[in-house]
Amino acid sequence: MSKNKKIFFQILLVFAVLGFLGILINNLIINLTRTGIGFNFNWLTKPASFSLAEHPLPYSPSDSYAWALFMGWMNSLKVIISSLVLATCIGTLIGFLRVGKNSFFRIITAGYITVIRQTPLLIQLMCWYFVGFLSIRNNSFLNITNILNISNKGIELFGFSFSSEFSALLVGLSIFSSAFIAEVIRGGIQSVPLGQWEAFRSLGISEKHGFIKIIIPQALPAFIPGLTSQYLNLAKNSTLAIAIGYADIYAINDTIINQTGRAVECFIILLCSFLILNLLITKIMGIIDKSIMKSRI
Amino acid sequence: MKPILTAKNLTKSYAKGILALNEVSFTLDQGKVLVVMGPSGSGKSTLIRTINGLETFDKGELNVLGIKISADSDERKIQKVRRRVGMVFQQFNLFPHLSILENITLAPIQVQKRNKKEAEEYGMNLLCQMGIESHAKKYPGQLSGGEQQRVAIARSLALKPELLLFDEPTSALDPERINEVLDAMRRLADQGMTMIVVTHEIKFAKEVSDQVLFIDSGKILEISSPEVFFSNASHERSRKFLNQIN
Repeated sequence: MSKNKKIFFQILLVFAVLGFLGILINNLIINLTRTGIGFNFNWLTKPASFSLAEHPLPYSPSDSYAWALFMGWMNSLKVIISSLVLATCIGTLIGFLRVGKNSFFRIITAGYITVIRQTPLLIQLMCWYFVGFLSIRNNSFLNITNILNISNKGIELFGFSFSSEFSALLVGLSIFSSAFIAEVIRGGIQSVPLGQWEAFRSLGISEKHGFIKIIIPQALPAFIPGLTSQYLNLAKNSTLAIAIGYADIYAINDTIINQTGRAVECFIILLCSFLILNLLITKIMGIIDKSIMKSRI
Repeated sequence: MKPILTAKNLTKSYAKGILALNEVSFTLDQGKVLVVMGPSGSGKSTLIRTINGLETFDKGELNVLGIKISADSDERKIQKVRRRVGMVFQQFNLFPHLSILENITLAPIQVQKRNKKEAEEYGMNLLCQMGIESHAKKYPGQLSGGEQQRVAIARSLALKPELLLFDEPTSALDPERINEVLDAMRRLADQGMTMIVVTHEIKFAKEVSDQVLFIDSGKILEISSPEVFFSNASHERSRKFLNQIN
């Protein structure tokens, strides 16, 4: 194809996309005018007039919609960050055992990964909430000398208590993501050539030392892309919180849409929030990746 | 001469009953150089790798530096052998994330618990012997194949081994880089190092080796001096092999 022809088709494509977007926006404006809602963000300052079960900062129904949304954000970040840490710990452990020498652990972890990856997250979350936490009959299911206490009211750790909704979401998201992270870890370790294992073994270096000093440093760069995409998934999956009644950003947005009918504005807020959060995660992982590469020459 | 290595009826089978090693027996005396030759898939790599436990075997017995290894020997015993036997691989297998000097000092520091300064001094000494001391601070990826293989030899020498194993050390090198590695190996042989070398380099075998072992389909067909092997091989299969690689 000649260069002029290429440019012609490119321009044609741009006009087609712009035209399609134009139709969509036009349609939206007609509908908003017809229902008399309009498009603005002034409602954000009005009192929310609904209560929240969980709010990390002081909140009452007389506070504004904006403050309610912010509480939702705090709740979302709380569960995303803690799940991210927990999922990484569990996933790394499972991944190591998956490639380890002990065949018992290899089989157990293979089963774990298979079951967790092959079932829907929504069902797992419901299961953790209704079958897990809510069905605990006694006041305490597991109590380790007042350090950790698991009951139908949630988890209590070092005097901090977490609701059963938060706990179910934390456990559900972490377990689900850990299975995927374990596979990322396994892939990274297996990407290190077998010759590296043979080289340290032939020098009389123990399996443990060789794994830490030789294999892990070389597997690290291979972990990063996989981990990044799992972290992005985890953040997005956290919106399933609404299924078990945890007041995350999506659940609060949902309530506000019901009350105000401001669906367009709410979804813009929602989409932007996740876009910004995930761009941030990508950026941080990029920095980690660069620093690993730098330390390798 | 006291034997450094004795192999008695070593047998190893892969799945489907194919024998990788078939009743392999031989002895190697201190200070001698044994060259192992054979067609690809003959079991020569398997043989050399069983000596330091990178491959297991099913039957028979190995006596390496007085340590008896049998089919069911545990990791600890093999570890003992590995600390006294060095190995050089076809693909060098240097640690790419460590500098040249770190590659060499890692095992002495980790395994022999030598202090860092002493290990580094000895490491630099070995690099000088290999003629690559100017690369000490560089990383493996910055060196040519021949230089990397000389680093690998220095790394295997860092534990002051009593036996060195070479698994096709020049097969992955560019032709013009082969001699620098063979020269380094020749100097080691001259210093009295006991070596087992899997190689196709006939010139090296003729000039340096004390014995040539020819193996095919896991079976030793002959062990003879290089003079006999290269001019008057006793076995039909050996003569055919020599014709093919000449």
